[in-house]
Amino acid sequence: MPAHISRDDVAHVAKLARLSLDDAELDTFTAQLGAILEHAEDVEALDLADVPPTSHPFDLVNVLRPDRPGTTLTPDAALAGAPQAEAGRFRVPTILGEAP
Amino acid sequence: MTAAPALPTDSLGNTITVAESDDVLVVEAADGSRWELVCGLEVHAELATETKMFSGAPNHFGDDPNTNIDPVTLGLPGTLPVVNQQAVELAARFGCAIGATVQRSVFSRKNYFYPDMPKNFQISQYDQPIVVDGRLELPSGHVVGIERAHLEEDTGKSTHVGGAGRIKGAEYSLVDYNRAGVPLLEIVSRPHVRSAEQARQYVAELRSILVACAISDGKMEEGSMRVDANISVRREGSGELRTRCEIKNVNSLRSLVRAIEYEARRQADLHAAGQKVTQETRHWDENDGRTHTMRSKEEADDYRYFPEPDLVPVDLGAERVAEIAAALPLLPAARRHRLAGLTGEPVTAEAVVVTVERGQDDQALAAIEAGADAGRVLVHVVQNLAVDGGADLAPERLAELVKLETSGDLTATQAKQVLAELVADPSTTAAEVAKAKGFEAMDTGALESIVDGVINANPAEWEQFCAGDDKARKKLSGFFTGQIMKASKGQADGRAVAQLLAQRSAS
Amino acid sequence: MTAVDIARGVRAGSASATSIADAHLARIDEREPDVHAFNLVTPDVARAAAAEVDRKVAAGEDPGPLAGVPIAIKDNLCTDGIATTCSSKILEGWVPPYDATVVQRLVAAGAVPVGKTNLDEFAMGSSTENSAFGPTRNPVDLSRVPGGSSGGSAAAVAAGFAPLSLGSDTGGSIRQPAAFCGVVGVKPTYGLVSRYGLIAFASSLDQVGPFAATVADAALLLEVIAGHDPADATSIPQPAPAISEHLDDGVAGLRVGVISELMGEGIDPVIAAQVRAAADALAAAGATVTEVSVPAVTFGLSAYYLIAPAEASSNLARFDGVRYGLRVDAPTTNEMMVATRTQGFGPEVKRRIMLGTYALSAGYYDAFYGQAQKVRTLIARDFAAAYEEVDVLLSPTTPTTAFALGAIEDPLTMYLNDTCTIPTNLAGDAAMSVPFGADAAGLPVGVQILAPALGEVPMFRAAAVVEAAAPARPTGKDLR
Repeated sequence: MPAHISRDDVAHVAKLARLSLDDAELDTFTAQLGAILEHAEDVEALDLADVPPTSHPFDLVNVLRPDRPGTTLTPDAALAGAPQAEAGRFRVPTILGEAP
Repeated sequence: MTAAPALPTDSLGNTITVAESDDVLVVEAADGSRWELVCGLEVHAELATETKMFSGAPNHFGDDPNTNIDPVTLGLPGTLPVVNQQAVELAARFGCAIGATVQRSVFSRKNYFYPDMPKNFQISQYDQPIVVDGRLELPSGHVVGIERAHLEEDTGKSTHVGGAGRIKGAEYSLVDYNRAGVPLLEIVSRPHVRSAEQARQYVAELRSILVACAISDGKMEEGSMRVDANISVRREGSGELRTRCEIKNVNSLRSLVRAIEYEARRQADLHAAGQKVTQETRHWDENDGRTHTMRSKEEADDYRYFPEPDLVPVDLGAERVAEIAAALPLLPAARRHRLAGLTGEPVTAEAVVVTVERGQDDQALAAIEAGADAGRVLVHVVQNLAVDGGADLAPERLAELVKLETSGDLTATQAKQVLAELVADPSTTAAEVAKAKGFEAMDTGALESIVDGVINANPAEWEQFCAGDDKARKKLSGFFTGQIMKASKGQADGRAVAQLLAQRSAS
Repeated sequence: MTAVDIARGVRAGSASATSIADAHLARIDEREPDVHAFNLVTPDVARAAAAEVDRKVAAGEDPGPLAGVPIAIKDNLCTDGIATTCSSKILEGWVPPYDATVVQRLVAAGAVPVGKTNLDEFAMGSSTENSAFGPTRNPVDLSRVPGGSSGGSAAAVAAGFAPLSLGSDTGGSIRQPAAFCGVVGVKPTYGLVSRYGLIAFASSLDQVGPFAATVADAALLLEVIAGHDPADATSIPQPAPAISEHLDDGVAGLRVGVISELMGEGIDPVIAAQVRAAADALAAAGATVTEVSVPAVTFGLSAYYLIAPAEASSNLARFDGVRYGLRVDAPTTNEMMVATRTQGFGPEVKRRIMLGTYALSAGYYDAFYGQAQKVRTLIARDFAAAYEEVDVLLSPTTPTTAFALGAIEDPLTMYLNDTCTIPTNLAGDAAMSVPFGADAAGLPVGVQILAPALGEVPMFRAAAVVEAAAPARPTGKDLR
């Protein structure tokens, strides 16, 4: 049975998703994800070249909001759930690397 | 037969083209090889809306941290985005202003993790952006193609504590989400910028359009307009396309010019030495005047774009787009053409460019329409009305002054002084000021006697002037004019003096 | 008492919202330790809401169509000032600063919120065993699962804790637990009910919907929560439909189709038999019943398990320890995010996040996510073709009755629970489960009625007839 997703693939997507897996988990997840993707072979095999994708169940267009202010949160309310805050801002540990 | 290598394509699958130009930055490497600049510019402009792109939180710069926040801005669980109508309008306006197609567009999610992004994805537009295929004519006449422009939301801002405020060496960071969700228009040019000066003009011109159409306030210093440059070089005269680097952190037009010049040379030197230019994002450092690799990532970001399921497509339709196009104000390029046409100057003339840049072309045109000499009007606007309040001078006053000058009632010097007074006191007229200053045209008789007086007082110089060659005459003409001006207390008209000197020397 | 009865009584002044609330809170005290339907019981909120209803009635003000009716709310719906956890450690103790639109509407209608119900973590599951706070037990048989992901909401109604509850349905998460617990559960047409304030699992599939003991009660609740919401750009630009007034319309002339693909292999024959019995009841009441093929439904499971995790992987990216919820400290932000998410999410959530990330990743998008979105089109077309022939469709809600806690460990086997319910979410149509009989062990069986988008009225009409014809259910091992 061909592997639908390799251990390396799983390690890669875990990293992309900011999840850390130990070796046992990596093995388990690889097997489980592989089984799910194998089941999805029925879909992969279909020739759907002429079928358009559906992003929304129905065709709404131009749902827009007037450019008028709504209610805001006070800084206290905004920071209320913050694990760490300082000087009215959310505090986080060192950020390595610029934003992409 | 081997297949031709696939031509490189842009984000929408179009073949990449590089524009030719008379003004190309060429760098000569140490080994004598010559390398041409190929440059595209990405400009992010914050849109001048009341509220954010996807929620009703205020879009306002400079407020205390985390005061322009609502649940949607913070990406709180359960919140949903709704598109700001005015942001769409402004994007469409921009598309019309650059002669682009304003099309049905779809929002997409760009997924990556970063603390200034509340949802860890940015709602943007990917394969169906709202604007495609426009162009920008620079003051120099060079045209830069614009591949696309799309709508997206801005991120929050982090400040780094410890480590001198730079990200490297910081102990921790603080995040403010005021800017998160502000509407952005990302404008991507084709690689048609061929020199640092063209880059400067492109950004300045783009800014003029954005401001003229009230799309953005275009303040680079406040971050409401940000520029990134995509730079590569190629062998002079070749049609090749080599690896490019993206340069970020260019915060002014001056930095842009410096960064481009530095990077072009850096890449040319690498190629000439047989080394590879790595495709990467580099950071411009204004202090040391160089670009630097940003912390290298182990793999390229995989943004996993997919259509935003919480939003539906936007399609303004041809009729609405036509309405928007019809309502545009006159744009800078059109203004330059109009002023050039009326003054007979070339559209690329500095006087024309500068007058339009300063927004004083309407003033000049009105004065010309009131009957004043176009050439003199332009000279005065450029040289004497570039001061505080100069742009406010009523065109009729300017016209009146220029008429006095061209009729010979005022010398150029006098006209300049009168103009300064008119700017300072808008209630007065040119005639009144001239009279008050005693600037009346010197009558011909009086002038003749002064000229003769100066000639007689300087016989040796007069002989040389009459007998001398062009070079000598020119030099001595200056001498005599100076003496005559002194004797007439500045009231002699320069042209009349020149005429008299010529007459006298001929007889 | 039904919700309809309570509301009528309270509005008429003949029943006190406060005493009704007290009675239900007492019942919760008594049986909740066995059932664990709730993450949080909210007696203070309930009593305050009930008192306000009584005050309005006494003052001659309109207390609303749900006046005094106790209601339980799935804990993935934001409630202002009340902890909302999605049954996840990563949101343990998080208190939203705003109400979901559906919550605002029910409170404005006079409903009395008694608590936040348990669910599979982030709505991912079919048994409520994926909750980080312990499973909910099926009130009919406490050794069995209530279904999921809205297991707590289904159990709350089945155990009599409240006549109404709200759940959410992405692939069957209302209908399947409704079937397992022997109550009515409705997944409305996509976009009929606002998602603003529903903590998202799969944005293009999620819908909030009602649980109730009766079809009439479900209609009443749906009418209150449905209708356009400007805060949700995917909400249908129409007001809530009137349903209750059509419940007695009957089904004379209604065309009913039994979905052939969902009546054979993989379905417990007892359940298939009950579906046929329900079909017979509809025929006896004047409907025309035929068998209809909807071929693409067989691809539903596969398409769903590519689309839903993909959207979920993106929707759950915001849980990173920066702004709210759990934070596990670490020297750098990136390490902090990894540690927080690793500790905060359970295995099923991680599984789906990784599956979804993979389905969207570079090089795989076209084959997986892109392909699945095309399958969606096929499913929608096949349903549309079926609805040219019939007005409503009939099928089992689930392939089996409620299974034992701990009986299913393999994820893929668990996913098979949703084969009958998933296709409707993919198409965006409406569907509901109506209890109809039981199996030999007395475990409830649910019959699913499906309708085209905005076909709630014919769907409920058929549901009313099916309900009336339902065999009396033997009381299960533990109920009452």
